[in-house]
Amino acid sequence: MAEMAGKGESPEVLFWVGCAGSFDDRYKAVTQAFVKILNKVGVSFAVLGPEEACTGDPARRAGNEFLFQMQAVANIQVMNGYNIKKVVTACPHCFNTIKNEYPALGGNYEVIHHSQFLQQLINEGKVALKGGGEFKGKKITFHDSCYLGRANNVYEAPRDVIKALDVELVEMKRCKTKGLCCGAGGAQMFKEPESGKKDINVERTEEALATGASTIAVGCPFCLTMMTDGVKNKEREADVKVYDLAEMIAKDMGI
Amino acid sequence: MSFLPQLIFLIILLAAGYFLIKRVKFLRRNIFLGKAETRNDQPEKRWKTMLLVAFGQQKMFKRFIPAFLHFFVYVGFLVINLEVLEFVIDGIVGTHRIFAPFLGSAYTVAMNIFEFLAVAVLVSCVIFLIRRNVTRIPRFTKPEMKGWPAMDANIILVIEIVLMIAILKMNAADQVLASRGVGHYIPVGGLFFSGLLTPMFESFSSEFLIFVERAAWWFHIVGILAFAIYVTYSKHLHIFLAFPNTWYSNLKPKGEMENMPAVTNEVNMMLGIPSDAPTDPPAEIGRFGAKDINDLSWINVMNAYSCTECGRCTSECPANITGKKLSPRKIMMDVRDRAEEVGKSLDSGGKGLEDGKSLLGDYITKEELNACTSCNACVEACPVNIDPLAIILEMRRYVAMEESGTPAQWNAMFQNMETSFAPWKFSPQDRFNWAEKVKEEEM
Repeated sequence: MAEMAGKGESPEVLFWVGCAGSFDDRYKAVTQAFVKILNKVGVSFAVLGPEEACTGDPARRAGNEFLFQMQAVANIQVMNGYNIKKVVTACPHCFNTIKNEYPALGGNYEVIHHSQFLQQLINEGKVALKGGGEFKGKKITFHDSCYLGRANNVYEAPRDVIKALDVELVEMKRCKTKGLCCGAGGAQMFKEPESGKKDINVERTEEALATGASTIAVGCPFCLTMMTDGVKNKEREADVKVYDLAEMIAKDMGI
Repeated sequence: MSFLPQLIFLIILLAAGYFLIKRVKFLRRNIFLGKAETRNDQPEKRWKTMLLVAFGQQKMFKRFIPAFLHFFVYVGFLVINLEVLEFVIDGIVGTHRIFAPFLGSAYTVAMNIFEFLAVAVLVSCVIFLIRRNVTRIPRFTKPEMKGWPAMDANIILVIEIVLMIAILKMNAADQVLASRGVGHYIPVGGLFFSGLLTPMFESFSSEFLIFVERAAWWFHIVGILAFAIYVTYSKHLHIFLAFPNTWYSNLKPKGEMENMPAVTNEVNMMLGIPSDAPTDPPAEIGRFGAKDINDLSWINVMNAYSCTECGRCTSECPANITGKKLSPRKIMMDVRDRAEEVGKSLDSGGKGLEDGKSLLGDYITKEELNACTSCNACVEACPVNIDPLAIILEMRRYVAMEESGTPAQWNAMFQNMETSFAPWKFSPQDRFNWAEKVKEEEM
């Protein structure tokens, strides 16, 4: 972003990478896939790079409002400084925080999740899917992330993206408004679960496996981690894969 | 004719009214132990939500069987209360079925509808009793339901069954008397359901039937008044509070957490950002987050009083499903129990909020709060738009900011965020490293 601003250019959209997208080995692949799609399509975008900080979501949900606001206010200063109007992110937690919680602190942007962005690109014909890729005809189930679904009522965009791949979309028993959390929200990602009889991600993975799908599609870095761990726990990593939507589209595009 | 029954009726009615008003004042005061909050934006949307969710039972129908049975009880309650109006007028004026001559055959139709609903309510309540006590639906047998809450539910169902039997018995005896041309009894003509009972009554003397009819009449009306008072002590308040509760629903996206302007002022000061807030320190320094009911908003407390403990929230809670201690229903029950405790203490000249107890610790433990994934499943599931999550998050704020009592792993996450602006310990300079691979590939 700093480079673009230096040249006096302004991007159409800011890609908010998020901490998982920047540092988590598995989710870096999602960032890379999404960026390759954007480059291929020729979308004018920028990232903040080292100027980006955590949105503060986990701090806020863990109760630390000071830390959340410190992060948020700093991010808003950076984004307002670059006169950002539109933000896309591959993380539902960043999406929810920037979209719904930054306005109260002076950050007003049009914020969309990458599933919605991909859906638009597909609808506009900018992403041409071969439909004959490795997913063709396979059973795929989509795990709703809470912060995209219930929190913001985005249920159809990710499903439309999956359907565009010419696959069989199968729903889990608990889906959409009734979707079961992967277990990582509300800052649970950053601590061990409280004591109980089962881990939430195992419960959810069992439900996903019951659909007979060979791929579990997700749209959230935490869900990706939790579902991947769940599949490992069930020793099914050989025949069941967990992918983010952008990875699936990039694979189909052959990039 | 003696005026004694009318006098007794009037005294009972006034006494019930007096107790009800007293109870309503008590509940109202308890709800307003919560902090002031104004939530009356978008009135049109609020009326619409109330009509759909409370009046129209929209969210109940996510689970069809209980929704269907509950619908009968609900409609029965609304419609049979029209008959109660006649009871009250008859009781005061000393008439019998005062509406019958005015309505003619429409009265017969109305009575048949009432009787049908009475039977539907009766059958539904019997099925509800079976679901709670015989088939033991899991959400009704969770730990927080042990003791009084389970008893409360059964008492309500039994009262409703008995009241409905009284109506049917009264009509049956009434019509046998009318057919014999006794006194002021009016033939209503063709009551289907109580008609099924009349053969049982035909062999009795008219004197005995008058006794049965009068006893059932008194039992029904006194029973309803007693039930109205009982409701104010029970979990059954949802029959009234569901309406304001849905009107005051949270209309914002569910994922949005309420901002804390007091913190914003401090953060702006620390970062040297000019803020429009007054620079003088506020006269009263409030607490961050919620430790007790007075730190919650009055809407949170009203939520608690609106909860009828159906447990749909708990049965959808990922933490509860996997055996953690957290139960969103228990959170609501705890808030109400604490509000009741404080209210009673204040009324008896006790210490109220200063009794050395608090919602956090004495009712809700950190373990419960820490188990929440903030997934909003409980909020989505509630048929009357109660928001347990808002309370959980407010209490987490207290634990984090006033007690520094968050789990060690969260403290480590906080520290990472403070020093490297990410919840994990990575150098902020490495944030863009992922791009190298893309650049390589695209070269």
